[in-house]
Amino acid sequence: MATTLAATNHVAVADLKGKVDPDWCPGCGDFGVLAAVQKALVELQIPNHNVVTISGIGCSSNFPGFINTYGMHTLHGRALAVATGVKLANHDLTVLVTGGDGDGFGIGGNHFVHSMRRNVDLLYIVMDNQIYGLTTGQTSPTSRVGMKTKSMPFGNIEAPVNPISLALAAGATFVARGFSAEQKHLTELIKQGIQHKGFSFLDVFSPCVTYNHDNTYQWFRPRVKKLEDDTGYDSADWMAAMGKSLLWDTEIPIGKFFERTDVPTLHGAEPVLDAGPLAHADMRIPGDVTRSFVEELM
Amino acid sequence: MKQTFAIGIGGAAGQGVATPGDIFAKIFSRRGLHLNAYNAYQSIIRGGHTFLTIRTGPEKVTNLGDRVDLLIPLNQDAMDRHLRLLTAGAACLYNSDTIKPGVAAEGAQLCPLPVSKLADITRNKVAQNTIALGAGLSMMGVGFQALEEVLAEQFKRKGEAVVSENIGIARVGYEYATANFRPFAWPLPMTGNRSAVLSGNTAMAMGGAAAGVKFYCAYPMSPSTGVLHWMAAHARRAGIMVRQVEDEIGVVNMAIGAAHAGVRSMCATSGGGFALMSEGLGLSAMMETPVVVIDCQRAGPSTGVPTKTEQGDLWQMLGAAFGDYPRALAAPLDIGDCFKVISEIFNIADRFQCPGIVLCDLLLSEGRLSVDPKDLDFDPVIDRGELITNASSVSGANDDGKYKRYKITESGVSPRAIPGVPGHTHTAASDEHDEDGVLISDEFTNPTKRRVMMEKRMRKVAGIEAAVPPPVLWGPHDADVTLIGWGSTKGVIEEACEILTEQGILANQLQIRWLVPLHGDAILDILKDARHTFIVENNYSGQFARYLRSETSFVPNGYIRKYDGEPFMPHHIVEAVKEQLSGKTKLSVPAHEILV
Repeated sequence: MATTLAATNHVAVADLKGKVDPDWCPGCGDFGVLAAVQKALVELQIPNHNVVTISGIGCSSNFPGFINTYGMHTLHGRALAVATGVKLANHDLTVLVTGGDGDGFGIGGNHFVHSMRRNVDLLYIVMDNQIYGLTTGQTSPTSRVGMKTKSMPFGNIEAPVNPISLALAAGATFVARGFSAEQKHLTELIKQGIQHKGFSFLDVFSPCVTYNHDNTYQWFRPRVKKLEDDTGYDSADWMAAMGKSLLWDTEIPIGKFFERTDVPTLHGAEPVLDAGPLAHADMRIPGDVTRSFVEELM
Repeated sequence: MKQTFAIGIGGAAGQGVATPGDIFAKIFSRRGLHLNAYNAYQSIIRGGHTFLTIRTGPEKVTNLGDRVDLLIPLNQDAMDRHLRLLTAGAACLYNSDTIKPGVAAEGAQLCPLPVSKLADITRNKVAQNTIALGAGLSMMGVGFQALEEVLAEQFKRKGEAVVSENIGIARVGYEYATANFRPFAWPLPMTGNRSAVLSGNTAMAMGGAAAGVKFYCAYPMSPSTGVLHWMAAHARRAGIMVRQVEDEIGVVNMAIGAAHAGVRSMCATSGGGFALMSEGLGLSAMMETPVVVIDCQRAGPSTGVPTKTEQGDLWQMLGAAFGDYPRALAAPLDIGDCFKVISEIFNIADRFQCPGIVLCDLLLSEGRLSVDPKDLDFDPVIDRGELITNASSVSGANDDGKYKRYKITESGVSPRAIPGVPGHTHTAASDEHDEDGVLISDEFTNPTKRRVMMEKRMRKVAGIEAAVPPPVLWGPHDADVTLIGWGSTKGVIEEACEILTEQGILANQLQIRWLVPLHGDAILDILKDARHTFIVENNYSGQFARYLRSETSFVPNGYIRKYDGEPFMPHHIVEAVKEQLSGKTKLSVPAHEILV
């Protein structure tokens, strides 16, 4: 995502505090994601009025209310569609999309795939807790096989989606995974995702302390391994990224899996936007052009 | 009665029905004649039966009329379906090599064209169409030069040889008809008028461009796709971002996103796509982000009859999305109105920060009409309402200097700041919220705040009602019969009124354009002196009649309905009125005699 550096006013964490405090359960992984996003915006010095934070529905989708930027708390699964419209109407804005695994990979799965192949210039952060929280604990698209929930009390019999492999296959140009307990690492990934010109997908392990007793902080800690620590790993190598995306159980990679910068963004590929954002364009079409439209019909 | 002339061209899809139709239309239009055209077709790309009707005349042609003067069947099937409907004075031009005529009515002229003798059919596969074009124009009293000019334009891209070959074939047909067939009793006149010929879809797309639409997105769905096609083809010249989206859910949400960022944003679909959009309409209403959605109705339910017309989506529009919210709903009355209604509804949607719905149908969307170019005004009034687009705007500030997006106001309208404006950050939420945009739906639930916010939004309904004109009665006030219709039936009801009046039954018309707000009191006032009232509509259950009754308790004397996929013809309505005046029935469902 392109960034807009503030010329004068310094952006501080206090500027980014929302009108109300988060109402997530104590210990929820989403607190760590909120803090990391605020830190990233401060480090990049992006003024809050140039940021639009857009979410769907779910615990993590309450995010826009807890950060002081322009915010849109939309419909379940539809945040990426709304965000695409925002970015195309005003590509000077920094667009952040936040939500959960059910919102993004379940009900919003169609928009997820198509937004990636379009290379819409935004950062999509999924707070992935492998469970439906706000509806009090049902199986999600990332719940592991065998996991017992209220909707599958005898254990999940459906294979989970692999968000990283899916994003790579769908053509996302920046694919990363973070862990909300790894603050510095996560903040760095968010900064990179904002700065990347194109669709940045960031899947974040954000444990649900209330409903998911399988994938806890304790479960993740010994398993997560930073890709940045692997000196031989090349995030420009798509095949290598695909290979790493398949690792699970004993070793779970976090960090930047993949990035390519040679694909035009959706707004960059459309000459209509060359003259600047449409939100500030003249609404009237020049008379010679409109006359030609009518002449065609005569 | 107004003098008109109608041509019917029938054949299989892929046989080239459209090209001669376009050429006739161009020639009529250049003679200063008005025209109205409609193609009855099926959801296949090759084969089946399509029937194009073009009706022309020196005065406005409001509908397709009751008769075909010149029938051009391009295959046996078209001959068999349509010849029996010709009446005295009409003619049928056909390829006598391949088509056997049936028995024509007394006074109807059968005009066989020995196509293989007149042209080299091994070289030119559509020679029969071109010969028929020339022959038809000869019989209409149109000079050959008009056809020569249009053919030269039509085939210009294919080179000089193709142009002269086609002109040669057309000339043979023209001369053959002059020598062998009786010309029509009424030679086509000429006038000094110049008109544009366009479909309702083109009109709505152009109306959007005129209204300042900068974002248009859609998923292809008949019969709305023409809007997308015009937008896509003209986007770069008009400065409009046009996107094809993965589904209609994505469409409406993307349109709302663009609208929220500050542009006028529009999308179009048909009933099935609209069903997918309905949750998004609620989002537009709740976030108070204006968006305009066009529904081009086709015959439902479900996939229904995708290429046929109906007015069956009214209740879907009235009930779209759950909960109560303000909306505006307009049904354009003709193709010229398709252009005008878009800027009008955008002004309403922008001023009242709510969704605007345009309820069109296949008859208008895909039909074509000649329109005075002056009526395609690209400089309409644009009223964006209370919109804050830069930091110096203070209209949104409260007394304490803080901006509140959903400020409680008397009008219910709160000044709207677009993202990017310093000092106005806020969250727009689909959840219920307070003045400041803070959610009250979950932890902060508060019945008082909910009530206040609900009442704020719903206060906009009164404003919308005041901003939209009530309907008016057309025709004599002392009529015996009042025909009530809505949207696209305007033209055909108008002609039915003329015919009834000629036949001694004085008739007038109440045509509804704004469905929400309905102006029920004004309607009751108009109808209180009416002697016999009949509601005419293209659906099974009388959706408008039921709506009018629910809003006003008004019950008409009878109902005239059609739900076979084809539009009304004037005689359907005339005969139904007579049937009902004689007391035979209160519900007439005219049969469509033309099998298309």
